Amino acid sequence: VGPGRGGGGAAGSGPAGADTVSAPAQGGGSAVIDMENMDDTSGSSFEDMGEMHQRMKEEEEEEAEGEAGAGEEEDGEFLGMKGLRGQLGRQVADQMWQVGKRQASRAFSLYANIDILRPYFDVEPVQVRARLLESMIPVKMINFPQKIAGELYGPLMLVFTLVAILLHGMKTSDTIIREGTLMGTAIGTCFGYWLGVSSFMYFLAYLCNAQITMVQMLSLLGYGLFGHCITLFVTYNIHFHSLFYIFWLVVGGLSTLRMVAVLVSRTVGHTQRLILCGTLAALHMLFLLYLHFAYHKVVEGILDTLEGPNMPPFQRVARDIPVVSSAVLNTTAKAIALTL
Amino acid sequence: FPGLADVSISQDIPVEGEITVPVGSRSPDEDYSTLDEPVKDTIMRDLKAVGKKFVHVMYPRKSSALLRDWDLWGPLVLCVSLALMLQGGSADSKDDGGPQFAEVFVIIWFGAVVITLNSKLLGGTISFFQSLCVLGYCVMPLTVAMLVCRLVLLAGAGTVSFIIRLIVVGAMFAWSTLASTAFLADSQPPNRKALVVYPIFLFYFVISWMILTFTPQ
Repeated sequence: VGPGRGGGGAAGSGPAGADTVSAPAQGGGSAVIDMENMDDTSGSSFEDMGEMHQRMKEEEEEEAEGEAGAGEEEDGEFLGMKGLRGQLGRQVADQMWQVGKRQASRAFSLYANIDILRPYFDVEPVQVRARLLESMIPVKMINFPQKIAGELYGPLMLVFTLVAILLHGMKTSDTIIREGTLMGTAIGTCFGYWLGVSSFMYFLAYLCNAQITMVQMLSLLGYGLFGHCITLFVTYNIHFHSLFYIFWLVVGGLSTLRMVAVLVSRTVGHTQRLILCGTLAALHMLFLLYLHFAYHKVVEGILDTLEGPNMPPFQRVARDIPVVSSAVLNTTAKAIALTL
Repeated sequence: FPGLADVSISQDIPVEGEITVPVGSRSPDEDYSTLDEPVKDTIMRDLKAVGKKFVHVMYPRKSSALLRDWDLWGPLVLCVSLALMLQGGSADSKDDGGPQFAEVFVIIWFGAVVITLNSKLLGGTISFFQSLCVLGYCVMPLTVAMLVCRLVLLAGAGTVSFIIRLIVVGAMFAWSTLASTAFLADSQPPNRKALVVYPIFLFYFVISWMILTFTPQ
């Protein structure tokens, strides 16, 4: 107690010094602190600190120099009401508030800045239309790396369009989904395919030393969904099985060929090209097949093209999705066996 | 004080006057003066603002009233009423056939946020909440369509009612899209209007699809 008292006496001027403490609003420059009152933490919460800061800032901005003294004294009196005790705690809280606020605003301006995405949306309508049409035309020159536009507007809009078409197909076929919602399933499927397969293909491309960036892969796969949109839009409304298979092969095949050709032009080596293109082709075509069969009711009596007379008509009623996938595999196997 | 020695005040004259000093700056008090008004005034002022915006949506002209004083009361009311009316469309209590309340809510707000982000990324000059306000208020024709559909479905659920519902929903969908385009497309560079209109078209299309395929149980 002795050395503490001595220290307190040196820093302040004893109990009488408590009355002569200069206004704390001067920002902690006061060296006159009564050490006795250090452990009182009244008025040192962050919210109070923030409020006081805000009030102090407003008063600084509004009032002139001459009135600043009156403002500070008012503030001093206000703080005086909370007690002259706890000033050290208050100053610590003050500093922590400043640091925290600075860090938060820096993090916010770094991550919530949508300007990062702005260059990927810099397109004109004619460009979008041109790219949509190009996505169905396979390129011939595969010895020269083909240019891929790293744009995200077109693919994003195509994914949303696919969601809308899928919803329409699910509703007209009275799909009942347990433990989920129609909208959630549609959005999850489409976005999951676009983002997931893009990431997977980017990873494979990294393994196979292909020259493609993530944005370019997203863009390529996104524009490849244009074929899917057309096919599903037509075949969800016209329920012919053979029509679907023709569209699957022709439209799906064209968009797959385009994506494959672009990838091949950017890869060196036969094995790598084979791996990349085989995977992409398989995933793309199978996705279209899945979308058609999982979410679309086959109207009885209309299908008579691929199945022979001794095969039972393909029945479908209310279903769980796992049951559907095995049914899809069975039907596909039968159909392929029949065509071969 | 020698000069005041002979001044005397008789005891029976009361001394009165104002002891308070009038406060110089009025500006902080002006902001808080709405606290003293009766609650009715506050509510009526907000209701009038919301009502004025509804009228602007009904007759879409290129006015800036919707954009200048944006508020989200109208969109909230419309969204909640639409979601409530779309309830009860499930075929079974176990299976989920129709959109749930949370689903409709999330679709409307998430869709509006995506369209706003898209228009900002394409170089739009409109602010985030202004765009949300416009898109939310333009859901009003579709809410009216939902009301009409429910009334029509009370009469029966045949082909005729489907055709009536289709026409009504289609008309309201076109009205919504045109109204929101009238407000939003001005803030875009002129050659990119189509890029902004398409997502709005998709958004109202999805909502119209939810309304049209609603079958009560």
